[in-house]
Amino acid sequence: MAKVLVVTSGKGGVGKTTSTAALGAALALNGQKVVVVDFDVGLRNLDLVMGAERRVVYDLINVAQGNAKLSQALIRDKRLENLALLPASQTRDKDALSEKGLARIIRELRTLFDWVICDSPAGIERGAMMAMRHADAAIIITNPEVSSVRDSDRIIGLLDAKTEKAAKGERVEKHLLITRYDQARAGRGDMLKTDDVLDILSVPLLGIIPESDQVLRASNLGQPVTLANPLSAPARAYSDAARRLMGDNLAINVPLERFNLLGRIFGGRAA
Amino acid sequence: MSFFGLFKRSEPLPATAPVARERLQVLLAHERGSPRNSSKMTALKEDIIDAIARHMLVKPEAVKVKIDRRAEVSILRIAVDIPA
Ligand SMILES: Nc1ncnc2c1ncn2[C@@H]1O[C@H](COP(=O)(O)OP(=O)(O)OP(=O)(O)O)[C@@H](O)[C@H]1O
Ligand SMILES: [Mg+2]
Repeated sequence: MAKVLVVTSGKGGVGKTTSTAALGAALALNGQKVVVVDFDVGLRNLDLVMGAERRVVYDLINVAQGNAKLSQALIRDKRLENLALLPASQTRDKDALSEKGLARIIRELRTLFDWVICDSPAGIERGAMMAMRHADAAIIITNPEVSSVRDSDRIIGLLDAKTEKAAKGERVEKHLLITRYDQARAGRGDMLKTDDVLDILSVPLLGIIPESDQVLRASNLGQPVTLANPLSAPARAYSDAARRLMGDNLAINVPLERFNLLGRIFGGRAA
Repeated sequence: MSFFGLFKRSEPLPATAPVARERLQVLLAHERGSPRNSSKMTALKEDIIDAIARHMLVKPEAVKVKIDRRAEVSILRIAVDIPA
């Protein structure tokens, strides 16, 4: 049975696209059939992060409007044959994606893949609503910082109200992925603690992705970080998160968050 | 300069994360309208503020409810500024 995931956050720039690519590749490395779908109409970026920007011919809207077949728009990854990308359109007309067209595409993707991962645009406008509409499960991307947590809370409310599952009286399964976690800030006592974020949002934790230059390096190269540098800290954290999605019961390594002496003494220089 | 002076900042800045947590808990309790599923502590905090407000004339901001999470137990602290 295929599973539709939405990667969402409300707030922009927190790591949705990075996470979509990294988790998609990690699931594919585990032998799963995966498609990552870019919903950021007008501002597509998943193609760049996946390194497929020069291979885009047709997009989500072309298929939704019946101007291209799904098979023509899907781009198969060059590294992993069981990983594919469905790019967003660069059109400025955000209403071009119809409800009906989207429903048909998702139905078809479910028959072709094990995982359909929808990369949501920021905000709570139509694009974000379309990205979550058909989701079975949501990965809420949160940075340990006040505005990101507030926006996540808002998105959680919308997942419980505006999805197809909600309309059927069912619940979208939710996972919290904390990204851009900065050990030095945590040591100084300037970053919200993981426990506090979990308590405030009351969504189970899928993983903690550290802030890392490897993410930037990977996106420069057009590779998901889980492929670019599989042994790096962010890649390992994403790989573990992917295995948890597959049902593996891996313990989560929550970094020591005591407001510690080292953090105070070395301030920003530690870690 | 002492040896430790090389490492120590002259005045370590106070941690800001606890303030962030407090502000979020209060804000989200309001924005949610009704407390969402199991954020029990936030709901409790709201109820305490309501209960106090029913018995005495205090501004909501005069009621401070704080949850200190420790490894073994958590401590709930309630402080109310009552006008003289
Ligand atoms: N763990 C990390 N460490 C360092 N940089 C990161 C990390 N995660 C994401 N970034 C960087 O943050 C920026 C935003 O990331 P990304 O594009 O994935 O966010 P987004 O949520 O998809 O943004 P948008 O809302 O605009 O779609 C990028 O430059 C990315 O390289
Ligand atoms: Mg994005």
